[in-house]
Amino acid sequence: MRNFLQVMIDAVALGSLLALVALAIGLVFGVMRLINFAQGDYITIGAYALVVPTASLTPALLIGALPVALMVAGIMLVVVLLALATERAAFRPLRDSDPATLLISSFAVSYFLQHLVMLIHTGRPKSVGIGQALTTPIDIMGLRVPGIQVVTMAVTAALLIALVLFLKRTPLGIQMRAAAENFQMARLLGVPANRVIAVAFVISGVLGAVVSLLLVVQTGTLSIRMGLMPVIFAFFATVIGGMGSLAGAALGGFLVGVASVLLQSYLPEGLRPFRDAFVFGLVIVILLVRPKGLIVIGAARERV
Amino acid sequence: MLDITDLTVRYGKLTALDEVTISVAEGEAVFVVGPNGAGKSTLLKTLAGLLRPAAGQVAFQGRPINGGAPERLCRGGLALVPEGRHIFRTLTVQENLAVGMMIRRDKAAAKADLDRVMDLFPILRDRFGGIAGNLSGGEQQQLAIARALLQRPRLLMIDEPSLGLAPLVIDQVYASLKALNADGLTLLVVEQSTARVLDLATRVHVLRGGRVVLSDTAAALATGDAMEEAYFGYAGQADA
Repeated sequence: MRNFLQVMIDAVALGSLLALVALAIGLVFGVMRLINFAQGDYITIGAYALVVPTASLTPALLIGALPVALMVAGIMLVVVLLALATERAAFRPLRDSDPATLLISSFAVSYFLQHLVMLIHTGRPKSVGIGQALTTPIDIMGLRVPGIQVVTMAVTAALLIALVLFLKRTPLGIQMRAAAENFQMARLLGVPANRVIAVAFVISGVLGAVVSLLLVVQTGTLSIRMGLMPVIFAFFATVIGGMGSLAGAALGGFLVGVASVLLQSYLPEGLRPFRDAFVFGLVIVILLVRPKGLIVIGAARERV
Repeated sequence: MLDITDLTVRYGKLTALDEVTISVAEGEAVFVVGPNGAGKSTLLKTLAGLLRPAAGQVAFQGRPINGGAPERLCRGGLALVPEGRHIFRTLTVQENLAVGMMIRRDKAAAKADLDRVMDLFPILRDRFGGIAGNLSGGEQQQLAIARALLQRPRLLMIDEPSLGLAPLVIDQVYASLKALNADGLTLLVVEQSTARVLDLATRVHVLRGGRVVLSDTAAALATGDAMEEAYFGYAGQADA
C-alpha cells in the first residue's frame, strides 16, 4: 500500500507537470487552431536562461543566480517575451491559414529555436544546480516525498485555480473562453483578435517558464531537447482530453502522466523500456472509444 | 445609412456576389431573400468584415467600410447575428450577454439595456445562469439577437432568423424583430423562406446566383407574384 501511494505521488507530480504543458498547448489551440510544438522550446529556452551562455558543461548561473522571486520573474519574462515574439513574427501573419500550415510553421519555429540554443550554448547537455534543497525527501505520513514533487503539485494546483478564476471571473477570461469556442463570432462581438491571441501566448509563456524551472530542479540538467518529450506527451494529453477543451487538456495531462508512471512501476521489467509504446497505445484506445476526446466542446445536441 | 454599390465577392474563381447594389435607410427593415447559394450569407459576412470584397464599395453612415476588421466594424454600430446563431454553447447565458456588452463604455446604460433585452426575451432572465448550449433552438436565437442588441447597434443584420425553428417560435422571433424595428432599429435580414418577409419588411431585394434580380418596396410586392417569380427565376425565363 505504501509503495502504491509512493507511486501515485510520483504519478500525480508528473501528471501535474504535463497538465501545465497541455494547458499551454490547449489555450493557444483554442484561440488560434495552432498546435504549437514550439512550446517545448519555450521550456528549453526558459531553462537555458538560468545560466551564462558558454560552451562549459557546468556553466555559471545567470538569471539562476538571482533570489528566487526575481529568478522566477526573470524566467517568466524571458519566456513570455519569446512566446510573444514567435506569435508576432511567425504565427500572426499566418493566422488565417489552415491548421496544417500553422502546424508546419510551429515545427519551423521549434527547429529554429533549438538551433539558436545550440548556437549559443552548444548542443551538449549541461548540469546546473538550482533548488537542490527541494530534491531532499520530506517525510509525509511515512512516505518519503521529494520536496520538488510537493512544489510541483502545489504550483500546478495554484496555477490551475488562478487560471480557472481568470477564465471564469474576469471579462478578459470570459472573452478568451468565447474566442476559444468560436473565434469568428467573438470577433463579430468586438473581442480584439490580436489581444486575445497575445494573452493566450503570454499565459503559455508563463506556464512554459514554470515547467522550465520545475524540470531543471527535478533533473539538474539542461539539454536542447528537454522540452520535446513533455510537449509530445502534452500534445497527446490535449488530444485525448478533447482539442479545444481546457478542462480536457488538464485532465488529459494528469491521465497521461499517471498512466506513464503507473506503467513504469507495474509493467514487467522486460517491458519497461517500451513504456511509451504502452502509453501511446492507451491514447489510441481512448481515441477509438471517444474519437473527439474525453471532454467535447459544443457536445450538446442541436435543438430546435 | 448603408450603401452597397456594385459589390463583388469571389471564392477563388467562383463569383458569389456579382455587382450587388443595395441601400438601407435609417429605420428601414430591408430583407434580402433568395434560394440556397444565392449569396445571402456572403453578403452579410462581407458587410460584417468576415470576407473581403473583390470589387465595389460599402459605405456605412457615409464612411467607406470595405475590408474593415469585424471587431472594428461592430464598434462602429454594425451587428451581425449569423446563420446558425453561433451562441457560445459552453458559456452561460449571462456570459454570452457579457461578451455582447464588452464594447460598451457606458456601463450604466449597458446595464439598463440588459434589463430591456431581458424584458423583450423573458426566457433569458429565467435561464440567466444556465449553460447556453442547453437552450432550445428558439431560445438560442433569442439569445443571439439579445447579445447583438447589447452592442447597441445602429444596424442589426440577421442571417436566416427562422432557420430550423418551429413555426410558433418563428412567430415569436418575428414579433420581437417587429417591435425592435418599430422602436427605430434599422434591420437588414436575409431569409431563404419568403413566407414571413412581407410581415416585417419595408423593402425587399431578391438575390439569385449572386445578382439582385428584383428590388421593390414591400407594399408594392404585397400584391402579385413578382417576388416568387424572381425568386424561382420564372421572370428571367419569361424575359429570355
